[in-house]
Amino acid sequence: MSGPRVLPVGDHALLVELESGEAAGALHAELVRRRAAGTLPPVREIVPAARTVLLDGVDDPPALAARLLTWDIPPLKAGAQETVEIPVRYDGPDLAEVAARWGVPEQEAVRIHSSAGFRVAFCGFAPGFAYLTGLGERYAVPRRATPRTAVPAGSVALAGAYTGVYPRSSPGGWQLIGSTDVTLWDPHREPAALLTPGTRVRFVPQAPR
Amino acid sequence: MTDRALSVVRAGALTSVQDEGRFGHAHLGVPRSGALDLPASRLANRLVGNAPGAAVLETTLNGCAVRPRCAVTVAVTGAPCPVTVDGRAVAWGAAVRVPSGAVVEVGAATRGVRSYLAFAGGVAVEPVLASRSTDLLSGLGPPPLRDGAVLPLGRPGRGHPYADVAPAPGVAHELVLRVRPGPRADWFTPDAQRVLATGRYRVSSASNRIGLRTEGPALRRAVQGELPSEGMVLGAVQVPPDGLPVVFLADHPTTGGYPVIGVVPESDLAAAAQAAPGTPLRFVVGRGL
Repeated sequence: MSGPRVLPVGDHALLVELESGEAAGALHAELVRRRAAGTLPPVREIVPAARTVLLDGVDDPPALAARLLTWDIPPLKAGAQETVEIPVRYDGPDLAEVAARWGVPEQEAVRIHSSAGFRVAFCGFAPGFAYLTGLGERYAVPRRATPRTAVPAGSVALAGAYTGVYPRSSPGGWQLIGSTDVTLWDPHREPAALLTPGTRVRFVPQAPR
Repeated sequence: MTDRALSVVRAGALTSVQDEGRFGHAHLGVPRSGALDLPASRLANRLVGNAPGAAVLETTLNGCAVRPRCAVTVAVTGAPCPVTVDGRAVAWGAAVRVPSGAVVEVGAATRGVRSYLAFAGGVAVEPVLASRSTDLLSGLGPPPLRDGAVLPLGRPGRGHPYADVAPAPGVAHELVLRVRPGPRADWFTPDAQRVLATGRYRVSSASNRIGLRTEGPALRRAVQGELPSEGMVLGAVQVPPDGLPVVFLADHPTTGGYPVIGVVPESDLAAAAQAAPGTPLRFVVGRGL
């Protein structure tokens, strides 16, 4: 197993690359813990992503890099925190295509998706848009060849092995399998995003409208 | 009409409310946003006695016109331009007292791109995540100005102006941006590094608050395939599949999947914000910046 690799990003940031998304999640959790405990030097932004964690707004990136390479980082534990449940109507226009790609009937596709335990790996694309892992690579699906010009807010969608929920209406190329009434993003709420990195998520099937 | 507000007479090509930006929410997908030419917006605030982070108006190329509904001190900095109050020429880069109901016109930039119009007390739109900035990527903050819109103004503090007159910025015939290699410089051919350092680029007219786009020689990749999404910083030089570098400005996305060949230091980005389309552009690549 290879350890973390630290890459330079300008004068005030560093990018830590890990061998897996799980390892990136574990480093992110450790950074958040240390920041809460007051043992991390000031960092303006901690941005986890697919296999990396970006530390931006750092006074002395090389010193911080040297320090974090000595850390013993505990692996992520499922059940260590509260799980957010998202009620979903599995009524998306791409559900049939996704089920066909998986080689199962639609009902079985719903069962597979709603029985998986998800984790927010990172956010991006739009405020409050979370990239959820948990389905596994065998259920990866491609993006649509032609993106839709308007995907409704609350659409539950798949791309690659990720699941995402559109916080607001926007163009998008993900495969739409369902919809939810949950408010993903509210800038007047604390935190503004329902799904923040590290959050555990389950999708709970609801009767279609 | 004595309330503390202004009405928009002429919104201009793109005029938005900007302060120093939104920090600490990048992990939720929230861009930094904020004035593209921060030194200019801070200077405008100093001229009218505001804190440096008060919200100002940022114009694009052809200025804007507003009618304050109260007497207020204003100042214009950034891109040099004619400034008038009810049609009479007043000083650029200096505090100007505007009577209630007079029209303040920020004219077209004579060079540069973005002028900053500050009001004593600041533009007092409702903050979103502790910033009043318009974020054009994700739509946070107030929408860009429209003709007839009304914006609230804050009460001037007790602060005194720290500066009397702003020096006009020098004429830049060429934009020079320093680049520190990384984090994905190794995704490009050694030849790409040389092309970036020696190539003749121009600022593309497709540039906006999200990124400074370029025209010039394409950079070739050594590593094909897709880069998993990773965090992006202000000043990142991202290279999309067409090979033409894009320098990320304030409204840049927080994560991205195209490799970043290097990063431009923040201190060079005010000049990037003022480089009009067609401006010759040179990258200086090095480690010891």
